[in-house]
Amino acid sequence: MKRYLLQRIGFMLITLFIIVTATFFLMQLLPGTPFTNPEKLTDSQLAILNAKYGLDQPVAIQYIQYIGNLVQGDLGYSFQHEGRTVTSMISDRIGPSAFIGLQALVIGAIIGLVLGIVSALKHNSVLDYGSVTLAVLGMSIPSFVFAALLQYYVGVKLEWLPVALWEGYSSTLLPSIALSVTVTATVARFIRSEMLEVIGQDYIITARAKGLKENQVIVKHVIRNALIPVVTMLGPLAVSIMTGTLVIEKIFAVPGLGEQFTLSILVLDYSVIMGITIFYSALFIFVVFVVDIIYSFLDPRINYKGESA
Amino acid sequence: MGRKRKTQIFMIMIAFVLFLSGCNFNSSESSSEENAAAEGEAGQVLNISTTADIPTLDSTKAHDGIAFTVLNNVNEGLYRQDENHEPIEALVTEHTENEDQTVHTFTLRDSNWSNGDPVTAQDFEYAWKRVMKDASPYNFMFVTAGIKNAEAIMNEEMDAEELGVKAIDEKTLEVTLEAANPLFQSLMTFPTFLPQNQKFVEEQGDQYALEAENILFNGPFTLTDWTHEQGWKYEKNEDYWDAETVQLDAINAYVVKDPAAGINLYETNKVDRIVLSSEAVDQNKDDANFETILEPEIIFLRFNHNHPVLGNKNIRQAVNMAIDKESLTDVILKNGSTALNGVVPKGFFKSPSGEDFRDLNGDFNTGTVEEAQALWEKGLEETGATDVTVSINIADSEDHKKVAEYIQAQLEDNLPGFKLDIKAVPFAQRLEIEKAIEYDLSLSSWGPDYSDPMTYLDMWLEGGSANRMDYTNAELEELVAAARTETDLEARYQMLLDIEKILLEEDAAIVPLYQEGAAVLKRSKIKNLLVHPTGASFSYKWVTIEE
Repeated sequence: MKRYLLQRIGFMLITLFIIVTATFFLMQLLPGTPFTNPEKLTDSQLAILNAKYGLDQPVAIQYIQYIGNLVQGDLGYSFQHEGRTVTSMISDRIGPSAFIGLQALVIGAIIGLVLGIVSALKHNSVLDYGSVTLAVLGMSIPSFVFAALLQYYVGVKLEWLPVALWEGYSSTLLPSIALSVTVTATVARFIRSEMLEVIGQDYIITARAKGLKENQVIVKHVIRNALIPVVTMLGPLAVSIMTGTLVIEKIFAVPGLGEQFTLSILVLDYSVIMGITIFYSALFIFVVFVVDIIYSFLDPRINYKGESA
Repeated sequence: MGRKRKTQIFMIMIAFVLFLSGCNFNSSESSSEENAAAEGEAGQVLNISTTADIPTLDSTKAHDGIAFTVLNNVNEGLYRQDENHEPIEALVTEHTENEDQTVHTFTLRDSNWSNGDPVTAQDFEYAWKRVMKDASPYNFMFVTAGIKNAEAIMNEEMDAEELGVKAIDEKTLEVTLEAANPLFQSLMTFPTFLPQNQKFVEEQGDQYALEAENILFNGPFTLTDWTHEQGWKYEKNEDYWDAETVQLDAINAYVVKDPAAGINLYETNKVDRIVLSSEAVDQNKDDANFETILEPEIIFLRFNHNHPVLGNKNIRQAVNMAIDKESLTDVILKNGSTALNGVVPKGFFKSPSGEDFRDLNGDFNTGTVEEAQALWEKGLEETGATDVTVSINIADSEDHKKVAEYIQAQLEDNLPGFKLDIKAVPFAQRLEIEKAIEYDLSLSSWGPDYSDPMTYLDMWLEGGSANRMDYTNAELEELVAAARTETDLEARYQMLLDIEKILLEEDAAIVPLYQEGAAVLKRSKIKNLLVHPTGASFSYKWVTIEE
């Protein structure tokens, strides 16, 4: 197990290094400068600014310097927000994104599980068709449509929850609900099809044959086995949803990270683009790693002891 | 792996998730309580929305309308803009100049920073030299203002210490100019010229101006709460020298990037003024609080003057006349923008006798399609061409695409043999193509740096960084040079009018298309909210709320 873990961590670092390198060089291909008011800068001013930030150096030298700083944990300063470190920008903004995302994930997973299990158990019933229809709608209608509808009807018309802005717990609810729709639909569909497959397996017949109660068969055997693929899918989904979604954050004026990432690419804020890319990649790689470990809880057939076992 | 180990790993994961969700959440709850308290009071509170966070609060580094607006309302410089965007005395009590108007001496009134230190002439000297030393984004304002040695310092030929500004004593500031400059006083309203308290700035080091606690105030308001990307709060500054004029108790500014969310916040009384997107205009234009305001940004077409056909004046004039600009703004854009037939926009720049620049110079190059076609034929004959296929360089924004498609249809319909290809590229690339003059036509925009028509006129100088089309006219060069130092304001204004005539009447050098506008919803209880074309976008000093 220990050897496996070390090996995995090694691979994780190599993956991250490749991502950093590729992003760094790709980013240099974007036209323009990271400086504000490019429309007004004269060529001589531009030259002075480039020299000040070391952008007049060959890209290879810049890359070595960047990696050197990165190893020491220094992500540099933002070009757009003078004097602010990239680290502080990320740590300021990941909180709201993660909170909304996590809450959406919990809401979505719970409702999705219930819908999926019910429709699998009541296969081909009205309940089943109803929840399948809901799931298809949830998958195919983009979340920003729900966001706009929720904002208008729940926020403006009914005045039950705040329309937008980030002011206390109540303002996290609408964005989370809007985000959770996709999660609900995805989870419901997965659970339903997995359960239908598992129910037909031989070991379920065995479980029933040895006289287990139907409840125990469902909980201990069917659901547990059906959860494995759901975990695979939930990991990456959690990352994408927790690191912020541009549109939802924009609609509800949430000060999250997704919006910052898009903006930094548009204005070519080199250090912020790099910083957020590294953060996203590291988080993603870490979650995939965690998902692999969770497998071993759920599926006794998987173990990481390696050949020596 | 044993069950114990599994439990441990599981706990670590839970801890990680809790850590993520715990970040930066409690602070926002406390701010909402404060806001609720502010709303509860019957006092004068203004709630506004803004489209982005403040990039920096350091006046020497600020470079955008949002930062300029905040600085303008929490700080006080030599002058500030009044309702006509003219300079009125702020910290200055007396302003004298020598005979050739190159040495200006300002006497400052007694006033204090928010930490109790007096505001001194040294604070100005320090801040101004700091702008030059750090090659800040707006250091060119010092060149525009004509302050001695600014240009040499900007080009790194001189040290920032040589800048023509000197504190004679605590309350006397002496500024030396390269030559007399009629714009000098009006430029002093620009936030880049604000003072800074040297001791405080140096104490704060690299933390200076990063948060509301790391900056000092000497203006009508203080910033009491600034949560990045969420918003900020102003409160009346009781120590402000003119505090009795200030009626507002507080202003809440919220960062709202989505225009639809802005409307919903306005409808629920969370904000008092919003800017509408063009889709929302039709739906709201009958609202009693709906209004359109002119903005000073202009949108125009650059010609590549080296192009064999577009280099011909008749051709350029034909292109000017063949485009129906009114339909463009009223049917296609519908966002408050108005057609423009000059390079200086309407509504911001008045002559010394009080007349608008646009009214004085009138419209250029307007005419019927038939007139356009006649000029077109003549131009083709002169250049020996039978048809013209050119491309237009545009930024890939939604608005610019709409405009380009409209222009394409107009020109291809109205000018026989004209074929226009649209090349949409990212904004930064559009600019680089323009600077390299590797285009035929380019859809460009220009915003003013200061409140004077010159900001739209000296950009056409040969070799200037804003020319970008190899346009040159010796007469225009002479007039710009003369106007820069002419101190008889009437005579100078006439020169400005003449410069525009050369550019458009004589040369038809560009195609002005429209002047930006904004459609806003503003509650009628808000009075005296000043909207400025340059520098800070708003002044809150005189705002009152009349319930």
